[in-house]
Amino acid sequence: MNREELRTIVLEELSAIAPDIDIDHFDDRARLRDEYDLDSMDALNLLTAVHQRLGVNIPESDYARMQNLQALLDYLETRVENC
Amino acid sequence: MSDFLMPSMGADMEAGTLVEWLVSPGDRVEKGQVIAVVETAKGAIDVEVFESGVVEECYVEPDTRVPVGTPLARIGSSERVVAGRPGSLLEPAVLAETVSAEATSAGPVAEPSKFPESPPAPSPQPETDRVAASPAARRRARELGLELGNINGSGPGGAVVLRDLAQAADDKPRHEHRRSGAFDRDEMRQAIAASMSRSKREIPHYYLATTLDLHAAEHWLAEYNREQPPEARLLMAALFMKATARALSRYPDLNGHYDEQGFHPAERVHLGMAIHLRGGGLIAPALRDAEAQDLPALMSRLQDLVQRARSGGLRASELSSATATVTALGERGVDTVYGVIHPPQVAMVGFGSVRRRPLAVGGMLAIRPAVDVSLAADHRVCDGHLGARFLNEIDAQLQHPEAL
Repeated sequence: MNREELRTIVLEELSAIAPDIDIDHFDDRARLRDEYDLDSMDALNLLTAVHQRLGVNIPESDYARMQNLQALLDYLETRVENC
Repeated sequence: MSDFLMPSMGADMEAGTLVEWLVSPGDRVEKGQVIAVVETAKGAIDVEVFESGVVEECYVEPDTRVPVGTPLARIGSSERVVAGRPGSLLEPAVLAETVSAEATSAGPVAEPSKFPESPPAPSPQPETDRVAASPAARRRARELGLELGNINGSGPGGAVVLRDLAQAADDKPRHEHRRSGAFDRDEMRQAIAASMSRSKREIPHYYLATTLDLHAAEHWLAEYNREQPPEARLLMAALFMKATARALSRYPDLNGHYDEQGFHPAERVHLGMAIHLRGGGLIAPALRDAEAQDLPALMSRLQDLVQRARSGGLRASELSSATATVTALGERGVDTVYGVIHPPQVAMVGFGSVRRRPLAVGGMLAIRPAVDVSLAADHRVCDGHLGARFLNEIDAQLQHPEAL
């Protein structure tokens, strides 16, 4: 799975969690919490969706490293390749 | 036999628009079954029936805005469908005082004769499955004259959301008719303003706040979540809700409703949770029997409530039953939130953001995760002495997260 496919999947799930987000003009470097107003429950729902769709179980201790979409995709790229 | 009434979903609601019947005359219904969808300032709400029986007649046609308390349907105890209806059932004894002229003239109370005296023939398409859709999408679809059932939903659980309507809208000429009863942001703002004005006018609030050390709670939570896949993890918010529910059950003077007759403590804790609706607005549905739920159950119900608050499908009973409310601004970056009590409740508990802060621990300075918890309570019912003990009880509960 390439990065663009990963990005599409993550944005799809993000859009289900926060339907008001404009995913066509998404800024991958914007902080998910501040710029897109995602709270801890939104973040947990996103990780749940990622686990269910990609099989990647992201531990809580890695949350802090994923402040924007770019960082999340970097993280997922290595994990999905290893699958 | 009884009438099924337009329910009140909070002190701030005066009227609602019946959007959809999910049953037809002759249908048997069970207590708790969702039988209608009503649109209010809080969006489209599923309305349950409070007794089992048979729908004998639907008085109000879809797309009609009526005041709270207006009879919507007659529920009988037998299979026999009664033609006509006794006029006495429609006496407007329970109508809200303030009814807009428009609502009155459109409603069945002013013009009961425009509704059929006998049960209508079965609907040509007895579609009883409600299409899942966000309140905004539901409104837009109605403005555009689109059938939600014909649109593929891309939202949670296949719910139709606004973006799904874009394509469908292009295929159909747009008409400008704007429904007066539809949910919109301005209307929600006005409803919140009315309710909060009433609160500030009528309820003598007192406020207390204290800082809680969350070292034990955070440590326990990290250990618990380490073993769990994301779908089974808990959030600190679940611990806050459970600790608050437990404390409320020990301090019944803060848990209940205040009306003309005075204060009525509630036997159970139906804990309202203020949910920020993305893009503006606030809604506070209740987690029923929160004190009796274990943490995993409470957590999944929190998630479910948040999702349904945003995509539609909250139930009327969830919006009318809260006995006290928690507002958790969570990560919004403030230390302390002072809530405004949601009438007719008598207490609002607020949690600020969890942050690392210098605290005195055992005679030393330590950096600990901490949160400010606040209480806004009704002075007609209790005073700060009891309120302080209540906040300390929340603290005591959070020091033993394993027992929550």
